[in-house]
Amino acid sequence: MLEYIIFSLLNSLLYGMLLFMLSSGLTLIFSMMGVLNFAHASFFMLGAYFAFQISVYIGFWPALILAPLIVGFLGALVERYGLRTVHKYGHVAELLFTVGLAYLIEESVNLIWGRSSVDYRVPDALDFAAFTLFTTDLSAYRVFMLVISVSMFVVLFLILTRTRIGLIIQAALTHPDGVSALGHNVPGVFMLVFGGGCSLAALAGVIGGNYLVTEPAMAAQLGPIVFVVVVVGGMGSLTGAFVASLLLGTLQTFAVGIEYSLSDLLAFFGVTMEAGGILKDIWRIQVSHTGPILPYLFMVLMLIFRPKGIMGKRES
Amino acid sequence: MTFRKLCFILAGIAILSFAAGPATAADTIKLAYIDPLSGGFANVGDAGQKHFQYMADIINGRGGVLGKKIEIVPFDNKISAKESLIQLKNAIDQGIVFITQGNGSSVAGALIEAINKHNKRNPENPVLYFNYAAVTPAFTEEKCSFWHFRFDAHVDMKIAAITDYIKGRSDIKKIYLINQDYVFGHAVRDAAISMLKEKRPDIEIVGNTLHPLIKVKDFSPYIAKIQASGADAVITGNWGADQSLLVKSGKDSGLDVEWYTFYGGGLGSPAAIGAAGEGRLKQVTEWHNALSTEENQPADEKFYLGYQEKYSDGGRAPYYYGRIRTMMEMFVLALEKAGKAEPTAVAFALEDMQYDTPYGTVTMRGFDHQLIQPLYISTMTKVGTQGVKYDVENTGLGWKTDGRVEAEDTAMPSPCVMKRPKK
Repeated sequence: MLEYIIFSLLNSLLYGMLLFMLSSGLTLIFSMMGVLNFAHASFFMLGAYFAFQISVYIGFWPALILAPLIVGFLGALVERYGLRTVHKYGHVAELLFTVGLAYLIEESVNLIWGRSSVDYRVPDALDFAAFTLFTTDLSAYRVFMLVISVSMFVVLFLILTRTRIGLIIQAALTHPDGVSALGHNVPGVFMLVFGGGCSLAALAGVIGGNYLVTEPAMAAQLGPIVFVVVVVGGMGSLTGAFVASLLLGTLQTFAVGIEYSLSDLLAFFGVTMEAGGILKDIWRIQVSHTGPILPYLFMVLMLIFRPKGIMGKRES
Repeated sequence: MTFRKLCFILAGIAILSFAAGPATAADTIKLAYIDPLSGGFANVGDAGQKHFQYMADIINGRGGVLGKKIEIVPFDNKISAKESLIQLKNAIDQGIVFITQGNGSSVAGALIEAINKHNKRNPENPVLYFNYAAVTPAFTEEKCSFWHFRFDAHVDMKIAAITDYIKGRSDIKKIYLINQDYVFGHAVRDAAISMLKEKRPDIEIVGNTLHPLIKVKDFSPYIAKIQASGADAVITGNWGADQSLLVKSGKDSGLDVEWYTFYGGGLGSPAAIGAAGEGRLKQVTEWHNALSTEENQPADEKFYLGYQEKYSDGGRAPYYYGRIRTMMEMFVLALEKAGKAEPTAVAFALEDMQYDTPYGTVTMRGFDHQLIQPLYISTMTKVGTQGVKYDVENTGLGWKTDGRVEAEDTAMPSPCVMKRPKK
């Protein structure tokens, strides 16, 4: 049992950190620019595909650096020549722009790499068991993923709290108009944040693409979860996104192991449900089957009872 | 260009392409292949299509059948039942009367119903459905249809083979069941529970998990659960990415269990488990790539190597579906026996047809349209040891037969009551 709990915690941590890498950029973009970037998960996918392609030619290690840089540059271009152009037509235009962009990226990936998954593998240098705890191995690659994601968190934290640009970004998170009035180059900061956010998503793609599966549907599958993280964590709060990521990771990982249903719960209180009736399916659904919908349920509850999220600083 | 002009041009193109369609239809015998060619199961659909294409190449190389060539027409159903019905309609509109599909019993069930309905409404223009891999027992039992033929052993037959093997393995004491959460996975689970209870009542089923179909990308949480249960063996009917990712996670966690699988032998799963599969990964199939050497069948070896050369993508996706060869050969025989490419006549010709494969005679049972063929249980084994000659998916590991179940011993009774059209 202890072994199960320790490894489930590790799994939760890993999944949570991956989610955080994806959502940290989105939460920055969303709270600064007010743009719900529907294409954010697409940049995650691009990161994975670029890393795959680069690793075919020159190996995984250069890909780890190059792919996020390329995607970050692409993101900056998208902001400079796409979003900034439609910005004057308001938030709806920006939203539609990112939705269109998500489709565009997905179809381009289909055209270039095909509709099937690509063979993006964990590098041989990391394909061994790092250590064995009780009877379970922890693979070196997962340790590596943890190291990368934790160091990314530390670096991001230092940039935001210890540098001048970080201070401007922080100020723009809560008081965008005020920062602009002080004469800072807010559009430039926007471009930087958008590019940076995209490259963080791409970094998640580089290390997540071979751990999970690199396929054209990967963006559509992770996209909605990332929004849940942003909403649950709260607008403008990186710490909130961090807590929400870990929370959702834990929720989904542990749900898999719980094989109790509503009828078991009621039986505990001495109530037995009849096996028939219209609701019979609802009574016997086990928690383990509800894993995929739990984050959304969580989001709905959060929106009802605490609309600004766990650590949100403002309502809108 | 004005909008109106554009409309005219588009209409013109549409009319032209309709006019061109039927002109080519008469020249070939078309087989519509409705399977996932995009999404998470795309690699599975793609492999199936290549198998059919390889068989079409061989048959056409012999001069075709009834003086015509066979043509495989692929349709992408995105593994959705709804999309499959649209593609079926599409195929019928193109004048195709022979359909094949294999992936997903949810899809197969929808196709059987739609084809029954179509044939009832259009008795003059029926279509015929060859199922090469959807193995929910009901399709040849209570839901059996004259218009459906199954060339794969169904779930109960395969689980019977697995549990017969486990019966003799007294070292297996705890078994974990993990399956996909849809009609097929449920059938595997139910059959495994009831047959284990009957054959090895001492075995404890320490876990029974259903997971969502093709949604799980990281099986580590499930593996942690299997690990915690202390299982000696896992029985799973998973296929495609659900199978390969499952064993990949198991390998990464150093999970030491025997895998009893339906589809562990191909479509990415051997490559995913790699060396960790040696002696652990087992499959129940009608064919595997070591049979030609084990039973000394050079012709089958040549057939296998021909595919390896032409369609295997450098050995990454070797020949896998032995039954597709059986199905296409029986299809050709039925066409010749019927003398025309007409579904009703072909269906009657297939009933009770026997065919000699390199590994024994198979029979298409007339009363429920279930193919009765020998089954093999095999284990992943290092090439060069114990007579293993060929590897799978460039892993350096191949298959070694643990046991063979004769065709007649796989047969199960069926409550099928079939409505037949007039001859």
